Amino acid sequence: MTMQKKKTIFTTVVLAALLAACVIVDLTLPSFHIAVTVIKKATVYALVAASMNLLNGFTGLFSLGQAGFMLLGAYAYGVLTIPVAKRASVYQYFDGGAIQFSLPEIFAGFLGDGVGGVVGMLAALLVGGILAALMAYLIGLPVLRLKSDYLAIATLGFAEILRAFFQWNALGPITNGSNLLKSYPTFSKATPYVVLAGVMIAVILLLINSTYGRAFKAIRDDEVAAEAMGINLARHKRLAFVISSFFAGIGGGMMAMYMGTIAAAPFKSSLTYEILLIVVIGGIGSISGSVIASFLYIFSSEWLLRGLDSGEFLGISAPGLFKNGFRMAVFSVIIMVIVLFFRRGIMGDKELPDLLDRRERKHKKEAAGK
Amino acid sequence: MSGQVLKVENATMQFGGVVAVDNLNLEINEGEIVALIGPNGAGKTTAFNVVTGVYQPTNGAVWFQGEKIIENHPQGKMKKMYKGEHAGEYSHVLAPTPDKITKLGMARTFQNIRLWKSQTVFDNVLIAKHCRATSNVMSATFRFNRKEEMRQRQNVEELLKIVGLYEERDELATSLPYGKQRRLEIARALAAEPKLLLLDEPAAGMNPQETDELTAFIGEMRDRFGLTIFLIEHHMNLVMGISDRIYVLDFGKLIAEGTPAEIQNNQRVIDAYLGVADDA
Repeated sequence: MTMQKKKTIFTTVVLAALLAACVIVDLTLPSFHIAVTVIKKATVYALVAASMNLLNGFTGLFSLGQAGFMLLGAYAYGVLTIPVAKRASVYQYFDGGAIQFSLPEIFAGFLGDGVGGVVGMLAALLVGGILAALMAYLIGLPVLRLKSDYLAIATLGFAEILRAFFQWNALGPITNGSNLLKSYPTFSKATPYVVLAGVMIAVILLLINSTYGRAFKAIRDDEVAAEAMGINLARHKRLAFVISSFFAGIGGGMMAMYMGTIAAAPFKSSLTYEILLIVVIGGIGSISGSVIASFLYIFSSEWLLRGLDSGEFLGISAPGLFKNGFRMAVFSVIIMVIVLFFRRGIMGDKELPDLLDRRERKHKKEAAGK
Repeated sequence: MSGQVLKVENATMQFGGVVAVDNLNLEINEGEIVALIGPNGAGKTTAFNVVTGVYQPTNGAVWFQGEKIIENHPQGKMKKMYKGEHAGEYSHVLAPTPDKITKLGMARTFQNIRLWKSQTVFDNVLIAKHCRATSNVMSATFRFNRKEEMRQRQNVEELLKIVGLYEERDELATSLPYGKQRRLEIARALAAEPKLLLLDEPAAGMNPQETDELTAFIGEMRDRFGLTIFLIEHHMNLVMGISDRIYVLDFGKLIAEGTPAEIQNNQRVIDAYLGVADDA
């Protein structure tokens, strides 16, 4: 039990330190600073990567539909939060759009501007998550009968169809067709993102460590044995799919917040691949791995390696070589190195507090050796 | 004590033109240890798969504790191909998935060990308790099921002590020696709280000493948990030492049934195992 206590203390300290660092960044740096941007984007990616890991890493369902569910969440957030007064200009080609209310304004009506606005935004995120979950339920009915690659192809196809569907002109009064959704409220500071994503990831972790999470892992390890031991495969797979999509939907809403404008275009399959990359780098079956990997990934792609695209990197000025796109070339090499040398990702299937175990075991071994 | 636990009625399992199990009838009473033996490819594991819901029989029915749990009759393409009898006797289709059958109170082990590889010994057994959990996802995620979870963990610890795996509880299931993996599979099946335990070649790959230990272990578990046991086995020491009754399958057909002494002296069984002298 002392080990358990040590782990709890360790986790609390790490989380508190991260939160404090984030608050300090918020207080000292302006909200357009690259550090704030990196934190925002990385937390969003971390949440979506965790949701994908729940499905791909813990339940063993290889699904590539994440971008589609994010798209649903993002659109739900945008559509429900654009202030009524601004709808005319946003939906200028569709007579101000079909929806003439805004959740933050409704909640502001009886909770006051500050609290009501935030509650409205959270409610919109939640609606996005629920929509994604509902869609996942429907998609899951036929698709979850498929296995491995076939499931991946089917979910990928679904995400692409959804993206095309949302750009359809007939849906314009709601989705604004292929035009941008904008002018909706966002959090300018990084702390709200960290807190929100942190709470969501904590819920995912709680689920994984519950009896249902254990059942998911059993399905991943051996379906036949899992079914023989009384685990209803269809029900549990659907459950994992729906829950994962719920969090992807919320992540999509947060992505919309971070980006400031919503269009269907960024939710391409390449977004799913980015997330998949993060999951693989972090370790399939490790939530803390996904979080660490998404921060590393976003930090290096948005900040560290930026210079490779703009002529100067690490003090070396070579405008001829460091041109647009060179960053991605270097990035691919780094990723290949990671995949080759950390074959199971940064964390394997261990969580961060499990690192304490390894030290303990080493001590034990040394003691036994003497 | 003498209630009927399992009854297989005219069960036929036909894959295309191959009849793997042909019109099988058997009954198992409460508290009995019943063995199913036969040469390789006789259809023993297929019979198990029919009883546990992995396969849906082509024709026939299975009764568990007086209730009909599986029933089928030849349909579609099978209607023409079906070679067995009793086709008209079954009109309903009752095909529960294996998990539902496990929940009714049947648990099994596998011929080739199927433990959850990335899980510890403790978790392997704990996961099998999942089918007895009453909590839904929400209450499990937000830990409203703490009492149940604690009780399950305690049960698993007790069970591991009983089967002698308590010392290894934090090790990975696959790091155990072979004999202990077999034992863990039985422990995992027991965790699902079965009435009827089905063991598919529990002594496969074991040496004589390990087999003797296993024989004692199975008997002990039967007495302790009030189990009924149905097993497939090739080790005749184990089968003859432990079974109350034996069924013998050959080419999908039941060729003999009786006590170990009767089976040992049954000419058809001897013929099936050793072949018939070709002295025409």
